Amino acid sequence: MAEIILQALAHSYLDKPKNPDDYAIRQMTHTWQQGGAYALLGPSGCGKSTLLNIISGLLQPSEGRVKFDDKDVTDLQPNERNIAQVFQFPVVYDSMTVFDNLAFPLRNLKYEKNVIDKKVNEIAAVLELGDVLHRRANNLTADEKQKVSMGRGLVRDDVSAILFDEPLTVIDPHLKWKLRRKLKQIHEKFNITMVYVTHDQLEASTFADKIALMYQGKIVQFGTPQELFEQPEHTFVGYFIGSSGMNIIEVSLTHNNAVFNDVSIPLKATLINAIVKHSTNIKIGIRPEFVGVINEPTEDSYPCDLIDVENLGTYKILTLELGRQKIKARINEDQLVPVDKAHITFPQEHLKLYIDECLVKENIE
Amino acid sequence: MNLKVHDNKAWFLILPVLLLVAFSAIIPLITVVNYSVQDIFDQNNAVFVGAEWYRKILGDPRLQDSLIRQFGFSGAVLLIQIPLGILVALMMPTKGKMASLCLVTLAIPLLIPWNVVGTIWQIFGRADIGLMGSFFNGLGFEYNYASNPTHAWFTVLLMDVWHWTSLIALLCYSGLRAIPNAYYQAAKIDQASAWAVFRYIQLPKLKSVLVIGVLLRFMDSFMIYAEPFVLTGGGPGNSTTFLSQTLVQMAIGQFDLGPAAAFSLIYFLIVLLVSWLFFKKITHLYSNKLVFI
Repeated sequence: MAEIILQALAHSYLDKPKNPDDYAIRQMTHTWQQGGAYALLGPSGCGKSTLLNIISGLLQPSEGRVKFDDKDVTDLQPNERNIAQVFQFPVVYDSMTVFDNLAFPLRNLKYEKNVIDKKVNEIAAVLELGDVLHRRANNLTADEKQKVSMGRGLVRDDVSAILFDEPLTVIDPHLKWKLRRKLKQIHEKFNITMVYVTHDQLEASTFADKIALMYQGKIVQFGTPQELFEQPEHTFVGYFIGSSGMNIIEVSLTHNNAVFNDVSIPLKATLINAIVKHSTNIKIGIRPEFVGVINEPTEDSYPCDLIDVENLGTYKILTLELGRQKIKARINEDQLVPVDKAHITFPQEHLKLYIDECLVKENIE
Repeated sequence: MNLKVHDNKAWFLILPVLLLVAFSAIIPLITVVNYSVQDIFDQNNAVFVGAEWYRKILGDPRLQDSLIRQFGFSGAVLLIQIPLGILVALMMPTKGKMASLCLVTLAIPLLIPWNVVGTIWQIFGRADIGLMGSFFNGLGFEYNYASNPTHAWFTVLLMDVWHWTSLIALLCYSGLRAIPNAYYQAAKIDQASAWAVFRYIQLPKLKSVLVIGVLLRFMDSFMIYAEPFVLTGGGPGNSTTFLSQTLVQMAIGQFDLGPAAAFSLIYFLIVLLVSWLFFKKITHLYSNKLVFI
């Protein structure tokens, strides 16, 4: 059990990285607290597996340190770090039974036989592997195998953390949900630090208390699923989180208005005052959920053309065009769909301003 | 289910393979069977003798002795070459120029014809002009494979190890390369020792190539002929006369065609039986719950 601290960590697969693009992990400092359930979310190739392998010690970082509590483990091998990792494809030792698989790490650590029996049976019960405990591991189904892989991490009570590298990729959808629940229960039961790598935001938000969203080798936001949804700190977070991501529109600022293609949207003065950095890269963002769709024009509404309606069961996604800019809006299934023309509003509290892709934070006072 | 056969023409489709097997295996074998039950005096004089040759051969001390030598030789070959081959495969570099270099070097002995191998070692082991022979003698060790049975055995074994360990090493090397990296990573995380990695990951994954390797090496070494024939001619005395050489002496040297035919059939059945038992044992273990290798 430990807190995992990454200090000024960076990694490149090249021998002599020159520019920032050569780095798979760009310099970051981050702390995973003891007992937390974390998700490391991001698109393919953003460096999340690299980061995980650095934590477990399968990979040596090119720069920076990894610490478990106060202990510097950067130069230690995985077997010296006391960490468990579950891989994308289940790894079972197929000449052994399920029992022997689960007992394997304990036997390597020279535990007493009765302790091994007790721990293995306990974990087998939690993972519902009791029925197959004495079967050979290579005859199991994919999800049973993955449970065995997880079980090998869970039997050890000396582990600092369990790392999951997209563990549900090969599992059938209906079992995915079950296994995810299982993991959550295990987390509650054993109070162990878990870091879960995935590219699926639903998986991340159901499993984790806090999500670290990675993009181009950086953690662009670290927060609860709700924070990621409501306060995306980076345009990528807005785009990546949510089914149909945030509407992000490139604008210019004129007299406290965000202007694009003859459309001018007033911004709060407090927001404008909060700008500390000036740049030509200015964007506004609003989630489709927060775009107001009304039938009759009002003072602060904008008329636009309705391009497309996607019916997704409990809600509909409208694609609208405002000043040659496509905007998505989400409405409930029972809300009347406007014909051809619609009027939309941008509620101030949900309108976000981004300078150089980063959120401008309003001063609350 | 309707099992009634409507059309027998499909049987013609197996005719080509039947002909092929007949000419390559069955007919020559039947000729041998034919010889083995007759006493042949000359082209026109042959007497049917039933199982007499078989009884005679089975009681023949020459066959018994060379059979024991043969099992000793094949056993020693397997005991040395299998572990050594695995060890070589484990130590080989996995990538880069060195890997290709190792592969090519290992393949060289496999490409040399049997009697050439015998000739090479015959010269290599000579005390006057051979590198190994003069080396041993230079050390004060009186090495002479032509007069000392132990030295002859040592040389024949060493020659076979040199010739064929590469095969096991190459088979194991390819087997090892097929193990996904995730297994090694998982084992590292599970705190497995190097021995545990070998015992629970590498060895089980090598099983299928080792089955082939053991079968090939058993059959090949059990039928060894050219190398000891060239090296020692079966001597000194009969100390390195293995089954095939005994057979050749009987068939061509003494022209005892009947007993030699009975001998070949017994010889053939032993190879078949041992291979079959081994294969059965292994496949049985595969299908069963647990494998202890």
